[in-house]
Order: sequence, then C-alpha cells, then structure tokens
Amino acid sequence: MANACAVVGVGQSARYRSKIKMSIAGLVREAAQEALKDAGCTWNDIDAVIIGKAPDFFEGVVMPEIYLAEALGCVGKPMLRVHTAGSVGGSTAIVAASYVQSGQFNRVLTVAYEKQSESNAMWALSSKQPFSPHLNAGAGGFFAPIIREYMRRSGAPADTGCKVALKDRKHALRNPRAHMHEKPEDLDLEKYVNSFMLWEPLRFSEVCPSSDGACAMVLASEDLAKKSPNPPAWIHGAAMRSEPTMYPWREEVNPQAGIDCAKDVYSQAGITNPRKEIDAAEVYVPFSWYEPMWLENLGFAEVNQGWKLTEEGATFIDGGDIPWNCSGGVLSSNPIGASGMIRFAEAALQVRGMAGEHQVDGAKTALGHAYGGGSQFFAMWIVRSTKP
Amino acid sequence: MSDEKTMVEGFEAPISLHYTFAAGHAISKFLRSMKEGKIVGQRSPATGKVIVPPRGSCPESGKPTTEEVELGDTGTVITFTVVHIPIPNNPVKPPFIVANICLDGADQTFIHLVSDCNNDDVKIGTRVKAVWKDKAEWDYSMDNIKYFKPLDEAPVDIEKLKASRLKEVGKYRHA
Repeated sequence: MANACAVVGVGQSARYRSKIKMSIAGLVREAAQEALKDAGCTWNDIDAVIIGKAPDFFEGVVMPEIYLAEALGCVGKPMLRVHTAGSVGGSTAIVAASYVQSGQFNRVLTVAYEKQSESNAMWALSSKQPFSPHLNAGAGGFFAPIIREYMRRSGAPADTGCKVALKDRKHALRNPRAHMHEKPEDLDLEKYVNSFMLWEPLRFSEVCPSSDGACAMVLASEDLAKKSPNPPAWIHGAAMRSEPTMYPWREEVNPQAGIDCAKDVYSQAGITNPRKEIDAAEVYVPFSWYEPMWLENLGFAEVNQGWKLTEEGATFIDGGDIPWNCSGGVLSSNPIGASGMIRFAEAALQVRGMAGEHQVDGAKTALGHAYGGGSQFFAMWIVRSTKP
Repeated sequence: MSDEKTMVEGFEAPISLHYTFAAGHAISKFLRSMKEGKIVGQRSPATGKVIVPPRGSCPESGKPTTEEVELGDTGTVITFTVVHIPIPNNPVKPPFIVANICLDGADQTFIHLVSDCNNDDVKIGTRVKAVWKDKAEWDYSMDNIKYFKPLDEAPVDIEKLKASRLKEVGKYRHA
C-alpha cells in the first residue's frame, strides 16, 4: 500500500492569455511561487521538481527543463521531465505524487506550462509523414471526424456542442484566471451556432483558445500535509493508460484506454457510481463535443446518452448535479502542457474549498482528467477533502 | 531613450527540421508498391485483420506481419471532416474533405482527400475510388493518389461493414 500524499499548494498564472509578456522561466516561476506560498514553504523545503510540457517542437526549445532548473530553484536537486502529449499535465502530477507515495521524497514541486505565443502548435502537429498525404490540419482536423461519428451514433442535436462551449464560457466568467472572458451579450447560443466553421462539424465557438500559462502544485507526505497552513486535497486514486493511435477498427469515439483508466482510478477511490459520488469534475474538453463523449467514457452516462446530461444542465455549476469544468475548462484556457495539470489542480482546489467564485458548494470528492495524442494517453486522479 | 524601457518581447526564429526517414521493411515494401501503383497491406497472423499502410507488426498482438495482401483502390468513408482553414504551403484550397478511408478488404483507416464532388453529398459510408496522378509522377509516396472520388453507389452501413469484416478475418486467424 502506498503512503498517503496530498496537494498542499496550488499556483497558476495570474491570467491565462494569448500572450503573457514574460519569459518561459518567468511563467513557471510565477506559478511555482504561488504554490509555495499556498503550501507555506520555501524553495529550500522542496526535495525534487517534476516538470511537464507538450512537445519541445512547439516553442522550439529543446529539453527546456534544463534551462528552467534555476528558475524553479532546483539546481542540485533531482529534476524529471514527463512527456505524454496533451495529457502531460495530468501524468506529470501523477509521477510527482508517486515519488511521495513511494516514500522517496516528502515534498515535491510539480509544474507544467505552455507558451503558445512563442510557438505554432497547430502546424507543429501537422508535419509531413512519408506514408500519409500531408493533410492533418492540426488537432481539430484529427478530432472533428471522431465527433462526426459520435453525432451519427448518438443522434444528439447538432447544437449540443455549442451548449457545452457556452456553459464552459459562462463558468469562465467566475474564474479570474480564465483566458476567455466573453462579453455577456456574446454568450448567446444563436451567436455560437452561427460562428464560422473550422473543421466541420466543429465551429470556432466550440474550440479551445491558444493560451500561455503555467500551473504548479506542491505535493506532500501525510506528516507534512497535516502541518500545512491550508486544507490539503488527499489523493485517493491516480491512474494512467495508453493505446496506439491507429489499429484495426479502433474505437475512437469511446477509447478503451479511457474506460480502463477510469475503472482503475474509481476502484482505487472506492467509487462505484461516479455521477452520484463525485461532486465536481475537471475534464479535458478542448473541443466542445468531448464533454458528452467523456461523460460516457468516464461512466457518468450510458453510451450515446452523454449529450442528454449537457442538454439537461447537469454539468452546469448552477443547479447541475455533476458540475463539469467550473473553472471554464480547456475550452476557456488552453496552455497545452499545463491544461492537464490545471484540471488536476482545479479538482484539488474544489475539495480544499479554495475555488473562489467557481467553488461547488461542499465539494468533497473531485475528479481531475487529462487526455492527449490521438485520444490515446489518459491520466486521472480522484482527490478528497478527507485522508484515505 | 524610451528604448531602454521597452521590453524585447521576441524575435522571429523559424526552425526547419529535415529528416532522413528509415522506412524499415514493411513501409519500404509498401512505398515500393505505391511506386508501381499498387496498394499492399499486411495481414496480422493473430487477428487476421489487414493493416494498411503496414507497420511490420500487428498493433493488437505485437506479432510480426509478413503476409502481404494486395488491395484494390476502392473503399468506404468511415468518417470525415470538411476543412475550412488553409494548410500553409498546401495547394489544396478550402473547403476540402479529409476522410478516414477504409479500403475494401482492409481493416484500418488512413486519411486522404475526397474531391471532385459536391462536399454536401459526402456522408459516412460513401463509397470512393482513388484518382491517381499520371504514372510518370509516381514516387515512393501515398501522394501518388491525388484524391478519392465518390463512386456512383449507395452508401454502406459502416457498422455492418465492420461486422462482416470481423467475421471474414476470423478465417485467417492462426492459432
């Protein structure tokens, strides 16, 4: 049995934006300092730093962790880089937690970031391959066909996706850090369904922004967590799974690796009915239709029924029984490498009662989720206000 | 001297990476066949499924794939998107269809253009056939196929297609 581990500090960029006037080093340091402050400790109290980001090719800085060691106060300390594409923020947190759970370290700083304004993520993802025509027009070009197939199978109304996006952008207005703060008059279904088409059936309104930003957490052992100044978020389960991007008749809408990962993390946390037992969820939804798809993949709804929860308002913070992405989610802020860690950190803030205006009243159990690559890497954790 | 107070926010530093790709046995055979205008996949000894382009092993079992299967150039649109944004340096102008196509006799999709049609007529299940470049232009490349063009056939039910393929491939499964 692993040792207990808790999130005792969370730090994020003051505001996720399309261009933060700060170096990458400044970006990660800002988040780390805030996490240290929340945890009531200093750089000297940190045993190791576990860092993650999306592909180096995005910003063109190769092995950036080496250059960031000084900014993160870890010269002379162990540092490890994690890399699992878009899910990296989640898996970085899980790797960091495993060092505490194993007893190797007592207090670990974990950080993830992306500076999209210094990069061209969309075209960095579209490099030519020798055995395929050069057509993969960014991440949207990959996911839109999967969304089309979901729409066919489920028979969901064509505007469910816009409703998801609208809901998350409404949530974002309660989160001062969210990148997208739309004017109230623009939060209008009519405007959303008429926004311009990017990758049919995906419209501009249904797609995440390109953001700069960083997220950090301080994870601590039981003894240290009990002494921390603010309430800890205890980790009750953490799981990762992966599968190939392509294989014969691959189930892309409802990937097996996601189903298996959820099953594992729920079993660790003793959860049998996620919709009833989880109070708040931060789930990686970069394209609107991934909310209903993941509602099904994560066991909150039966297959082909997830869209009904969105339509009923079940995932909205006001009146919904299972609020999803109260922070505004990836649809409102997407510093790619950090996006997974933000989900994990926001889940922790919910059970710590520190989510501010987007706090779900009395949240005691929360899910953090991230996925990446071609829906092939999954990372999830369950955090609670009580110790395991 | 306002310059002293102005932060340098960045400068353009484009990176260009030139790769030498070692194709390995499976992709080499596939690309050599493409140069001859033939699409050749490989059958998994474990599942009986036909993989194209082949990667030399079965992704489900990890077993090496050696049996070659020559495929035709007709297939089915399993799903697709209509891209409305331009791809830099690509002569194809939006809106254009990028489809996940499953060739007849194969069990794995690949992406390619569907063109020379009314975009609104393309559906999940639309039957398509490859339109090749002039033979003189053929190279070791999937780009030898310019695009796929819809056939004058009724769309197929892709769930039935999958079910019939899974039944069919069972015959080729080795112990």
